[in-house]
Amino acid sequence: MTSERVALDVEGLRMRYGTTDVLHDVTFHARHGEVLALLGPNGAGKTTTIEILEGFRLRSAGRVSVLGVDPAHADERWRARVGVVLQSWRDHGKWRVRELLHHLGTYYSCYATDEVARPWDPDDLVAAVGLTVQADQKVRTLSGGQRRRLDVAVGIVGRPELLFLDEPTTGFDPVARREFHELVHRLAARDSTTILLTTHDLDEAEKLADRIIVLDGGRIVADGTAEELAQRIAGEDEVRWTHAGRSHVRHVRESTRFVHDLFRRHGDAITDLEVRRASLEDTYLSLVRRVEAEGAAR
Amino acid sequence: MNPTATALRAGVRRGVIELRQSLTNGADLWNHAFWPVLMLVVTYFLRDVSFGRTGFTVGALALPGILGMNAAMAMVTMSQLLTADREDGTLLRAKATPNGMLGYLVGKIVHVSGGLVVDLAIFLVPGLFLVPGLVTGSPDAWLTLAWVLALGMVAALPVGAVLGSVFSSARAQGLLMLPILGMIAISGIFYPVTALPGWVQWVAQVFPVYWLGLGMRSALLPDAAAAVEIGESWRHLETVGVLTAWAVLGLVLAPIVLRRMARRESGSSVARRREKSLQRAGM
Repeated sequence: MTSERVALDVEGLRMRYGTTDVLHDVTFHARHGEVLALLGPNGAGKTTTIEILEGFRLRSAGRVSVLGVDPAHADERWRARVGVVLQSWRDHGKWRVRELLHHLGTYYSCYATDEVARPWDPDDLVAAVGLTVQADQKVRTLSGGQRRRLDVAVGIVGRPELLFLDEPTTGFDPVARREFHELVHRLAARDSTTILLTTHDLDEAEKLADRIIVLDGGRIVADGTAEELAQRIAGEDEVRWTHAGRSHVRHVRESTRFVHDLFRRHGDAITDLEVRRASLEDTYLSLVRRVEAEGAAR
Repeated sequence: MNPTATALRAGVRRGVIELRQSLTNGADLWNHAFWPVLMLVVTYFLRDVSFGRTGFTVGALALPGILGMNAAMAMVTMSQLLTADREDGTLLRAKATPNGMLGYLVGKIVHVSGGLVVDLAIFLVPGLFLVPGLVTGSPDAWLTLAWVLALGMVAALPVGAVLGSVFSSARAQGLLMLPILGMIAISGIFYPVTALPGWVQWVAQVFPVYWLGLGMRSALLPDAAAAVEIGESWRHLETVGVLTAWAVLGLVLAPIVLRRMARRESGSSVARRREKSLQRAGM
C-alpha cells in the first residue's frame, strides 16, 4: 500500500572525502509504504548514501529529510521510528535469540503510539522471521542465513516506519534468499513499512522493489520501475536463427524490424527463430557500460 | 515511563544478563578465576616470609594490595570490553537503538563492577584462611573496604572507558597492557613501596593503583602496619583526594570521548575493522 506521503526526500546530496567526491548531486524520494532498491556496482556510493540517511554519517552538502526529519540532527524519538540492518553484524554472540529481541525491544516501549504498538512481541517476531526453533539458541551458533534473519528481526523489533537494508542477502544460498524475499514482501504488504534496500543483485532488486534507482560512480543514472528502466534504456534483444544449415546470433535494438528484414531477404529458408527480449540485466549492464564509457571519455 | 528511565532500567538488566553469561561459559569463567587463583598461589608462598623486623609477613601486606590491584584492573576490563564491542558492532547496535548508548554504558558498568566483586570474592574468601594477621572481625574494616572499592570503581571505570575509546583495536589494547603492568610493579602491591627509590614512589603516587592498594591495606591490616607506609600513615584524606581527582578527570573526559567515538561508528567502519582483523588473523 503506497500513499502520497513522502517518507524519504533527498535533494542535491553530495559527499566528499578529502578531495574525492563519492556522491554528486543525488536526488530521489520515496513515498510512504514504497519499497525502493538502490542498485549499483561496488563502490557506486550505495552504502555512503544509506549511512547518511541512517544518520550515521554527515553529508557534505544537500538536503535530506527522513520521515520529515534531518537525520544529521535527529533525536531518539526519530531513531525509534527507523530500523537499520547493516551489512555485517557479529554482535551479541553470547545472547540467546529471544532474549536479545526482548531486551532490545524494551527501549522502544516508551515510543508506542495509538497507531503503532511498540515493541514487537518477541515470540511473534521470532516466528515472523522463522527462527522459532532457534529462539533459545545462542546467537553465535546460528547459520549465516539465520543470523541475517535475526538482524532483520532486530531491525524491525521497534516496528519501524522506515527500514534500511544494506546488502541484505550477500552470502545467502538460494533457499535462504527466497525466504528472505518473502519476509520483505510480508513487511511491505502487511505493515506498509517503507523499505530502502541496497543491492548489487539485479534479480533481487526486480523481485523486491516497487522502484529501482541505479547509482553508478556516485550519480543516479536511472530511476523508475523495472519495466520503465527496461523501456527507457534500450537494451539489445538477442535474435537466434538458422539459415542454410548454419546457426546465427545477433544482438539488435529493434528486434521486430530486424526479423522482418530477415524474412524478406531469406523467406522460409529461416528456421529455429528465437527472440529474447533484453532482460533488466542487459539493461543494467548496458547502462553501467555507457556511464563508464562516458566517464573514461571525460 | 520516560525514555531515560526506560534506558536506565534496560541497562541494568543488560548488565545482569551479561554478568550471568560471563559466569556460565567456560572461557569467561576461566578469565574470572585465572588471576584470583594465581594470586592465591603467590600469597600462599608469601604467607610465612616476614618483612624486615616489622613483625608482618609479606603475605599479609600483599593480600589487601592485590585486592586493590584487581579493583584497579577493572579499568582494563572496561577498556577491553569497549574495544571488543566496537569491533563486533555491539556499540553500533546500541547507537541504532533509541537511547541505546545510555543503556549500553549502564549495562557495561553493572557488568564490570559485578564481575569485579565476583573476582574479589574468589580471591579474598580463601585468602582470609591462608594468611594470618588480617583484621576481619570489625565492621570498620569492611566499611573501609567498601568505600575504597566504590570510590576506586568511580575512578577506574570512566578512565577505562576513555582508554577503550582511544585505543580502538585489540592490538592497541595489548600494547596498553605494558605500561599498566609497569604501573602495578611500582605501586607497592607485592612489596611495600617504601622499599623503592624516592622518585619511583612519587611516580607511583600519581596513579590510582597505589591508592587502591593503600586503602585496602588500611581496611584489612592492623594500625601498626601503617609504619611501613609512606609517612607512616594510612593517609585516607590523600586517598580520597587522588581517587576523586581521577574520577573527576574520567567523568569529564569519558562523555566527550565516548560521544566522539560513537559519532564515528557506522556500518562501513565496523566492516573495515573486521576486514583488517581478518587479514591479520590470516597472516
